[in-house]
Amino acid sequence: MIEVKNLSKSYGSKLAVDDVSFSVGDGEILGFLGPNGAGKSTTMNMLTGYISSSGGQALICGEDILENPIGAKKNIGYLPEMPPLYLDMTVREYLNFVYSLKKCRMPKRSHLGEICELTKIEDVNDRVIGNLSKGYRQRVGLAQALVGNPPVLILDEPTVGLDPKQIIEIRTLIKKLGRNHTMILSSHILSEVQAVCDRVVVIDKGKLVADDTAENLSHKLSADNKLIMQIEGAENEVRTLLGGIPRVVSVRMLREIEKGVFEYELDTEEGADIRREAFKRLAARNYPILLMKNNELSLEEIFLRLTAGEFRAEDGGAAV
Amino acid sequence: MNAIFKREFLSYFTSPLGYVFLAVFYGFSGLFLWMNCLSAGSADMSGVFVMMFYVILLIIPVLTMRTMAEEKRRRTDQLTLTSPVSLFGLIMGKFLAAYALFMCAAAILLVYAAFIASAVGRTESVFSWTAFWGNFVGLALMGGVFTSAGIFISNLTENQMIAAIGSIGVNILLCMFDMINNFVTVDVLKSIISGLSVFYRYYEFTLGIFSFKNVLFFVSIIVIFNFLTMRFVERRRV
Repeated sequence: MIEVKNLSKSYGSKLAVDDVSFSVGDGEILGFLGPNGAGKSTTMNMLTGYISSSGGQALICGEDILENPIGAKKNIGYLPEMPPLYLDMTVREYLNFVYSLKKCRMPKRSHLGEICELTKIEDVNDRVIGNLSKGYRQRVGLAQALVGNPPVLILDEPTVGLDPKQIIEIRTLIKKLGRNHTMILSSHILSEVQAVCDRVVVIDKGKLVADDTAENLSHKLSADNKLIMQIEGAENEVRTLLGGIPRVVSVRMLREIEKGVFEYELDTEEGADIRREAFKRLAARNYPILLMKNNELSLEEIFLRLTAGEFRAEDGGAAV
Repeated sequence: MNAIFKREFLSYFTSPLGYVFLAVFYGFSGLFLWMNCLSAGSADMSGVFVMMFYVILLIIPVLTMRTMAEEKRRRTDQLTLTSPVSLFGLIMGKFLAAYALFMCAAAILLVYAAFIASAVGRTESVFSWTAFWGNFVGLALMGGVFTSAGIFISNLTENQMIAAIGSIGVNILLCMFDMINNFVTVDVLKSIISGLSVFYRYYEFTLGIFSFKNVLFFVSIIVIFNFLTMRFVERRRV
């Protein structure tokens, strides 16, 4: 559906996007992740034909955005970082304008009505956009992207500036739209990407650093030789007890959770599974285990690791 | 192009801009009509057209100042440039919208002419419709030049004020060729500059000289400015 090959963009000597390649399959929701200034918006602007690329190629539904811009743009709904709204128009006028700008052919009234219902902006239909709150403006921006029902949606930080309730609503909407749209969604909020996206592409300083599912990324980078435990009982005794388990390298007390309950981090040898042994020994001495989990990295931690330059994708291919 | 035209044209009336533009144009043209024709008892409207030249030189930049600058500032160009619309359609839509408003203003001169023609009809003197049409075409072309130049300048900045002042500057410069020519001593240069003189060609229209050469000259300037605007939008995206 979307094919990006060796896309680059340079401003003078500064390389904003450096040889980025990825593809998005039919009906897939791709999360586009990166710290501020990583080149997310630049990439999206190139994909939508707002700016041209310095090198490489972007295909939308098989149409090259530079060679056949009009053909490619027909298939895209784009919500830029700052929603492109004319503040002097009412929501209805604006959507009508977008409808004719995109040369849509579907029944106008019902189509626009549907979009307003989806994005929940019916009640502000006749208000001037300049008087709307940020949340509503964002939703009108999203509505604009949906006009003409394009198969590809490119959304640049769609939940920025919304309150928590609206964020959940927009996420639900995005998931719903994901059923019959191909989508690229940029964000620096990782939980958002984790919540809605099938796949994640991480970009940092213009370079692609990872391209995988969120679970895989988490799994590959997670330290499976670390165990977190919360145990009730005297700290010293528990520590000696845990330290006595074979293949345990070190035991560290992290903090006291509540009175008499401590959290420990256990380092074990690679591939060792000491969970059963730990349970038996602690149970024998009547120390209740309140929590035990492998120290899986959250997307936040993965993200920090990736963008700290610890890992680099080879040739823009699969990551880590 | 239709969508852009419609939006642009209507946007002049969602702000005071369009009304103020029309009011200023109607007000000044009325004043000049009174000065040149009504109070002087003359049926020759050429004086009105000469004066209106200076008025549109100053007010058309105000009309065009936001066409491109505001889109850039508000990032609405991210919508128009990523829609399936050609750049030609985009610029033409904007140009024609501003030009249409200008023509709405200029149309008042037709009303004045009809009024004077009917008033003159009852006396022995005659109202020359040929002279009027020559003048009118001249003003219409001049308006086109100022509009296309204004849009071009507006495209160079994100600030409306700079766009307005810049366009007024360009308009004045366009019309100063004659003055500059007084200081040029090289004959070849002199003839080139006078050949480019916008004001002199406009002045010929007000004298009642309708030359196809002059029409072509104005139309070319309009085409060149619009073409340049397109090129500059294109270039900025690279």
